[in-house]
Amino acid sequence: MNGWVELRIPALSQNESFARMVVAFFALQAGDWSVAELNEIKTAVSEAVTNAIIHAYEDNLDTGDIVVQGQATPGTLEVTITDFGRGIADIVRAREPLFTTKAHEERSGLGFTVMENFMDELTVTSSPRQGTSIRMVKYLNLTTVQ
Amino acid sequence: MGFSTRYRGNILVVSLSGELDHHTADELRQTVEKELDKDIARHILLDLSQLVFMDSSGVGVLLGRYRRILAQGGKMAAYSLHPHLEHLYEVAALSKVIPAFASENLAVNELKKDEGLRR
Ligand SMILES: Nc1ncnc2c1ncn2[C@@H]1O[C@H](COP(=O)(O)OP(=O)(O)O)[C@@H](O)[C@H]1O
Ligand SMILES: [Mg+2]
Repeated sequence: MNGWVELRIPALSQNESFARMVVAFFALQAGDWSVAELNEIKTAVSEAVTNAIIHAYEDNLDTGDIVVQGQATPGTLEVTITDFGRGIADIVRAREPLFTTKAHEERSGLGFTVMENFMDELTVTSSPRQGTSIRMVKYLNLTTVQ
Repeated sequence: MGFSTRYRGNILVVSLSGELDHHTADELRQTVEKELDKDIARHILLDLSQLVFMDSSGVGVLLGRYRRILAQGGKMAAYSLHPHLEHLYEVAALSKVIPAFASENLAVNELKKDEGLRR
């Protein structure tokens, strides 16, 4: 099934579970994802949305919006999470496992590592003070497509 | 998310349920810290059988508690890892610091293993 969804939400932590639920429901009606795959999708979305809340908008209330877009074609799910916050100065460094700019807040620095491992493609686009866009693609297991 | 705490000797057992993310992390952090402040616990044991979701923010909170209990000379373990958490456990290499066991008793045995030697 082909289809799309777009969700615009304020950058509040209670929306983390909401955003990942919406994407999971969208994925489920568009493709034959396994429980394990759906859980990986939810986790990856949670990472990107959480990063927008705590890093892009510095955990301030009343800051900005997050846009979550989903696109489905037979066998693929594409999710893009966009914020309009501070941006990432050094993307290569940010993607390194265990790298975090907020170690004092008990961040594990594993958000990008999780996104990379749980999805099949990860593209990060960012510019300082403009915001960040995270595009992730997951392919349905070829054996389950038939 | 929900959680409950109990003691099994000097082990603080924390049962987690629901979803552990950045939004729910604070509550867990505060509950465990309050229990550790009572100075009863030497080790922490997590019951993960009902925890259906966790992301890297959850990993951060767990590692924060691990560091405190390690500094006190204790250990941390988990049991009945929910299948949804298996991939995260692997990617975050969590079993190196918070090994997950099949049952509560197996985990308790591991936590108590070399206790006699240290006293
Ligand atoms: N949307 C974003 N806006 C600004 N900075 C970001 C964003 N996402 C990630 N970062 C930066 O990348 C670093 C690594 O992110 P991540 O791997 O998720 O680890 P963590 O969230 O634990 O710090 C963050 O510490 C932060 O500096
Ligand atoms: Mg993160």
